Amino acid sequence: MNTDERPKIEINDITKVYELGKEQFYALGGVSLTLADNEFVTVVGPSGCGKSTMMNILAGLDEPTSGTARVDGKLVKGPSPERGVIFQQYALFPWLTVRKNVEFGLKTARVSAAERHERAEHFIEMVGLTQFADALPKMLSGGMKQRCAIARAYAMNPSILLMDEPFGALDALTRVKMQEHLLHTWEQEKRTVMFITHDVDEAAFLANRVVVMAARPGRIQKIVNVDLPYPRTEEMRLSREFADLRNEIWHAVYHQSPKSDRTDAITANQESEKS
Amino acid sequence: MSVDAPPVTPTIAPLTRRKDPRQQTQRILNVVTLFLGVGIWWALSATGINLPSPPEVLAAAVKLAADGTLWNDMLASLTRVLTGFALGTALAIPVGFVMGWYAWARGLLEPWVQFFRTIPPLAIIPLAIVLMGIGEQPKIFVIFLAAFLSCVISTFQGVVQVDRTLINAARVLGAKDGTIFAKVVVPASTPFILVGMRVGLGSAWATVVAAELIAAQEGLGYRMQQAQIYYQLPTIFVGLIVIGILGLIMDRALLLVEKKLTGWQERR
Repeated sequence: MNTDERPKIEINDITKVYELGKEQFYALGGVSLTLADNEFVTVVGPSGCGKSTMMNILAGLDEPTSGTARVDGKLVKGPSPERGVIFQQYALFPWLTVRKNVEFGLKTARVSAAERHERAEHFIEMVGLTQFADALPKMLSGGMKQRCAIARAYAMNPSILLMDEPFGALDALTRVKMQEHLLHTWEQEKRTVMFITHDVDEAAFLANRVVVMAARPGRIQKIVNVDLPYPRTEEMRLSREFADLRNEIWHAVYHQSPKSDRTDAITANQESEKS
Repeated sequence: MSVDAPPVTPTIAPLTRRKDPRQQTQRILNVVTLFLGVGIWWALSATGINLPSPPEVLAAAVKLAADGTLWNDMLASLTRVLTGFALGTALAIPVGFVMGWYAWARGLLEPWVQFFRTIPPLAIIPLAIVLMGIGEQPKIFVIFLAAFLSCVISTFQGVVQVDRTLINAARVLGAKDGTIFAKVVVPASTPFILVGMRVGLGSAWATVVAAELIAAQEGLGYRMQQAQIYYQLPTIFVGLIVIGILGLIMDRALLLVEKKLTGWQERR
């Protein structure tokens, strides 16, 4: 099949410019990236590198200033249930139970009640929340809330999952458990995943490929391939190989070439021209 | 396909509500303070200050109830309050939603709402009487205005503060504007609307008595006004206590509705 040849996601020379008074701020300064079907890619970088902006553009919640984002060859125009999004703040509807949250999108899509229940049941079980299916979000811990959000995204049967620092608000222990849980879920039901994080460890542990981004302007600094096989285990996390990988990513994130001088110079020039 | 046990063992608050001993002491103290208050009142009236004693007030209440005056007055005042309040909130909720949802509506309406809010509803009464006469209309209108203004502001604020992330979450799940409005914006702003309704009910109640003081043939405010002319202190007391009790009951009823509808809120 030639569908395997075509990339699942194509980001082509995207820029996103914000006007801050007289200054122009490049949240993204020409980013290109492709993701293959069922690939798990993590994006890591300092704050302000535009990683969330890139994800929002892919989600259809934001528009690029120039460039294109394509999914299955089709231009992204607005949000679609085919691209599931997991937000850092969980974004569960607090007045709905776990089950009703998971069914929300299905109800919107007018899926029959019987199928809705069945699908919700399945994904609630997959994330291990069966016991809490009828609980309100306020009864759940942070990790459970995020698992509910993952079930809700999965219920729409998206081919892509976009995750914006989903475990960023969790404590370190819960985060590790959630990473293992997410991989476990993903191995059961593979999807193309773009996972945004600022945690180098997390980026390395989850991904096929780690995309390191840099700020001012937001751009891709380096792409690191992770050759460890799935399922990923605790031994891998503690292995020599993993440590080397983490070092490599760490250096790419924290010792970025001072390319920013150039853009600062650009904005400085523009300002002097204007004044 | 085997599914592993969930890796995160959850700890949650117990679902069943146990009797809180602190809450019980609160209850007892509530009852104690009631008797204490009446006791102090009785003692004061016995010292010769010009106050009717509790038995005198009770006697007046029994007399007013027996000849039907009390019920007529209560009915008259309650009808005015509930009509004005119902009309006020029925208009305030859609107007508040429109103001919160559409920037143009906010631009057009907010200055007027803010302006009228600064005028006490009582100050409208003379104008209302001149324009609408001394029948039911001006009274209900003033109550309507009081309820509308307090409810519209909080509904509008409720819509404005709806978490952007929740709206985005609904959008990525395939919801369009209509669904987002009905399934996200309305429930998310319910707590604000209910607070507005409680405040609105308070001001409606405050306004009705004042409106009746000025021009009415029946009602609790009117009765107190009459009692003032004939120096019937016990009757004034009956009026005050009945107004207090009715207001309290209505407020508790709304509080109950609020608990039912907004129990999902996380309280910090």
